[in-house]
Amino acid sequence: MLINDLASERWLKMFESTYSKIIFKKISQKKTAKYSIYFILALILISFLYPIFSKTGYDEINLDKVLLPPSAEHWFGTDALGRDVFTRVIYGGRVSLMVGFVSEGIAILIGVILGSLSGYFGGKIDSLIMRLTDVMLCIPTFFLIISATAYVEPSIWNIMIIIGLTGWMSIARLVRGEFLSLREREFVMYEKAIGNKNFIIMFKHILPNALNPVIVSASFGIAGAILTETALSFLGLGVQPPVPSWGNILTSGKDILEIAWWISLFPGLFILLSVLCYNLIGEGLKDALNPRQYD
Amino acid sequence: MRAFLSIIFFMLLLGCKAEKVEKRAVSSVDSKDYGDKLIEGTIGDASNLIPFLASDSASHQVAGLIYNGLVKYDENLNIVGDLAESFDISQDGLKITFKLRKGVKWHDGKEFTSDDCVFTYKIITDPDTPTPYSGDFLTVKKVYNPDKYTFVVEYKEPFAPALSSWGVSIVPKHLLEGKDITKSELARKPVGTGPYILKEWIAGDKIELQANENYFEGRPYLNGEVFRVIPDTATMFFELKSGNIDFTSLTPLQYERQTNDESFKNRFNKYRYLAFAYTYFGFNLNRKPFDDKRVRKAIAYAIDKKEIIKGVLLGHGEEATGPYKPDVYWYNPNVERYGLNIEKAKNILKSAGFEDRDGDGILEKDGKPLRFTVLTNQGNDARIKTAEIIQRRLKNIGIDMKILVLEWAVFIKEFISKRNFDAIILGWTIPQDPDLYDIWHSSKAEKGGLNHYSYKNDEVDRLLIEGRKTIDKKKRKKIYDRIQEILADDVPCVFLYVPYALPVIDKRFRGIEPKPAGITYNKEKWYVPKIEQRY
Amino acid sequence: MLKYLIKRLLATIPVFFGITVISFFIINLTPGSPTDLQTELNPRITPEIVEKLRKHYDLDKPVYVRYIKWVKNIALLDFGNSLSPDGRKVIDKIKERLPVTLLISLLSMIIMLIFSIPLGIYISVNKGKLRERIITFLSFFFYSMPSFWLAVILIIIFGIYLRVLPISGLKSINYAYLSTFDKIIDIAKHLILPLIVATTGSIAYLSRYVSSNLDEVLKQEYILLARIKGLPEKVILRKHALKNALIPVITILGLSVPGLIGGSVIFETIFSIPGMGQLFFQSAMSRDYPVIMALLVLTSILTLVGNILADIGYALSDPRIRYGD
Repeated sequence: MLINDLASERWLKMFESTYSKIIFKKISQKKTAKYSIYFILALILISFLYPIFSKTGYDEINLDKVLLPPSAEHWFGTDALGRDVFTRVIYGGRVSLMVGFVSEGIAILIGVILGSLSGYFGGKIDSLIMRLTDVMLCIPTFFLIISATAYVEPSIWNIMIIIGLTGWMSIARLVRGEFLSLREREFVMYEKAIGNKNFIIMFKHILPNALNPVIVSASFGIAGAILTETALSFLGLGVQPPVPSWGNILTSGKDILEIAWWISLFPGLFILLSVLCYNLIGEGLKDALNPRQYD
Repeated sequence: MRAFLSIIFFMLLLGCKAEKVEKRAVSSVDSKDYGDKLIEGTIGDASNLIPFLASDSASHQVAGLIYNGLVKYDENLNIVGDLAESFDISQDGLKITFKLRKGVKWHDGKEFTSDDCVFTYKIITDPDTPTPYSGDFLTVKKVYNPDKYTFVVEYKEPFAPALSSWGVSIVPKHLLEGKDITKSELARKPVGTGPYILKEWIAGDKIELQANENYFEGRPYLNGEVFRVIPDTATMFFELKSGNIDFTSLTPLQYERQTNDESFKNRFNKYRYLAFAYTYFGFNLNRKPFDDKRVRKAIAYAIDKKEIIKGVLLGHGEEATGPYKPDVYWYNPNVERYGLNIEKAKNILKSAGFEDRDGDGILEKDGKPLRFTVLTNQGNDARIKTAEIIQRRLKNIGIDMKILVLEWAVFIKEFISKRNFDAIILGWTIPQDPDLYDIWHSSKAEKGGLNHYSYKNDEVDRLLIEGRKTIDKKKRKKIYDRIQEILADDVPCVFLYVPYALPVIDKRFRGIEPKPAGITYNKEKWYVPKIEQRY
Repeated sequence: MLKYLIKRLLATIPVFFGITVISFFIINLTPGSPTDLQTELNPRITPEIVEKLRKHYDLDKPVYVRYIKWVKNIALLDFGNSLSPDGRKVIDKIKERLPVTLLISLLSMIIMLIFSIPLGIYISVNKGKLRERIITFLSFFFYSMPSFWLAVILIIIFGIYLRVLPISGLKSINYAYLSTFDKIIDIAKHLILPLIVATTGSIAYLSRYVSSNLDEVLKQEYILLARIKGLPEKVILRKHALKNALIPVITILGLSVPGLIGGSVIFETIFSIPGMGQLFFQSAMSRDYPVIMALLVLTSILTLVGNILADIGYALSDPRIRYGD
């Protein structure tokens, strides 16, 4: 028992020191990544705090004030129903950032579980899971997403689940790769020898050491999910009105770009910037963590 | 052709009482020359050019130029002969005799005869033909052709829409007989009698028609017409502006804000006329609280139709008060009207027992808050905006309405047909014939029928059947006037608006004369003076 | 090599079956029926007509019966008939759209290679310099841009204001009257904007990939050795580093096929290009099962073929793979 506790403590400690601290230390050396993190944090803060202080709702219609250009009163102008575009973009940020987080969270959950099982047990389980991964990688993901969204009620949650369900493959492969090499390492042998249950070894001992590539991939994945929601909105399959998302505000402005550029410019810029930041963070993490395999 | 395509997903270019908005620049040369092509933009590709196998408006639009019916609606919406030179209805209304035009040729050169008419009837009513149109011919007793140029139909009972049903496209017997119509080549390579012949169809890209030199009313002035498929509305408008499309529909916003500069006005003519369609806010009368007429009335008083027309259509619509548009013969202006009247709405709800007892801003009755979900379909911006405007109005009188926008097929199958909804925002096209049986008769309230509201009223039922059997126009109008009164009082749905169709056409096209039927009824008479011809 | 090939091909069989199972069941377990669009909301429809239509399309049989029937048929490349009112053979519908999509996909890949490799090398060689930073930033910028937004902006700039490029479609209306040379020019002009939209994101991504690979290779011992030997930097780059850095790009290119085809939905819709992406979207919206399933299967097979080709290319250029596996 004692040895066991000691051992896990050792690994835990190692995880803490080598992990969180090193990541933050290294990433703060990369200026772009650092500022990107600040930007995303600021966005999250604003989009969740602003609605508390603001009196205007995102669905407040004013038909006497349609399509007004940006002014002191309406920073980002108004849309075709006279709603304040700034308010909608801020609320939309909540939705879009959440789509990014939750759908990538789902993808990571599935990817990590399948990848761990596959890499740890090997054999038939491995080939079954890897064939499934191969299959999913062959089918054009966006086709799958369209088929699925066309058939379920278009709620935010459904969209997040669908994007998540179709985005786990690369993570599963990465985790499997890590597990394949880690399971032969002595600390795993040791844990097995003292009779620890498989899933404890898998998730308590190996997984923390296999997370580097997952974290990098997650950052890119969030960026991808935000863009996917935007593309779905363009096809009318994204988050549904009156709830705003960056994607559907941008889409509603695309037809009238010439007379009301502000409706699509601002959500467009926010998509661009946040996706850019997630990608830059991913890039920074990649350099900082230098995972062996990066897909 | 009878426009009973109820799916008004794509707003048709039919319409009535058209007004020309911009006076055409008077051209010094205005001779009726042959030549040039009309490039028309459509959102969706046609699916099948055997008209009664298709139910999408794109197919009907194209097929309408290739085929003819026995009769058609003229520019003033009177039924006149098309392939039939004349027709005669017996005194009791049970027998119609069509005298056919002589010497009409199919596009492949064979002569059109009464055999083709008999064949068309047989194939439409054949149980193996997957057509949505056979319902029109259920009361036919028999059809026969005493000679090559005479075609007779007999009915079991008087059927007022009988004559108009023969606007259905007549198809060539010699190319279809004995073959499986669902696998027929004619779906892709139609052979009709109409003013245009199919030249080329590139799926998803364009359909090109060329003038029929031997058309029985004389060849069209234009050499051809091209339908270009452009699914994205923004791209469509850009293509119009860059001159690659001659003819399409504008959105109210484009009409008001993007097409008023001199350069646009110099190049295009805009038209505006009431479309043959209305949008409504419908209740599920089987569900609480909409089984209570007072709640429905209160909501009717809380909806501001003027505001919706202003906000969604930018003024390009008329208030609807019933299932007909305001400028037709069947319209009854003397029905109960519901304007915005918040006090009245509140009072009615109070008298029905709804009060905000817990102070959350939402009314309750028996502990249940007044809360429901309205459904509408994707891809129709106007309906979604309408929902958003109504949502805010209802909030003001203490009703919490949620909006759910669904993909069309799911919306219809899982919600509408199964009556699984509280309220809906949808539209109906308005056919030329006033018959309303399929939408308002109680027998159509069961699942799968079109009486989504599950509206049941004995008097309306009786009147609907009577209306179908009454041939005399004046007597018939009285019946439908009464139906409109009852519907307005019962409020199974709030009739919202009749939108204007807003087509736009390149100025080089002449001969366009807005009439009650809209502008496209005489496409084969449109022409372009030689010096302005482009293609 | 032959052994490797056979092994590789055999491995695709279960994948192929997986593809058919997923394609079929996802579509068939969802609500809504393809006859809806024809029958619902039409005043003249009776329940008998609905039943007639359902029978006509085999919808009254259980799902697994339809699956077995379907798999049997697709082995013969018979995907059945479309459920849309045209009732055409699915394979015909796809055939007429395939060339367009293949053309655009192939051109996209070529363009991706042509631009991303030099760009990647440029980024690697100029590491840390201002121009590298600018290019890196730009590549991220385009990678992060919603494609349809980029498309609308390009249309407004090049189609409306500058009037130098056509906005939509693949051919001009007067195409039939052009000379062969002008025909090619005409199509090329129409393809410029769609190709820009289809490739910018991938070029950005791929050039990053090339440069990080190159960085990795340049750190290897044998490069160090070459430097010690005093070989000029250009020779090291060309003769030793590039080859090894570019081999993995082949694999990535193979993996980019599904992304290209999936993305086609967006740019084909906005540029009105009659390819498979548009067909897929329309079929999904109208629940045209046979077409949806056929497209899922066919595009997946395309990807599969792409992957096999990439693997073979990889194996050919790197002997270790052939024998090591």
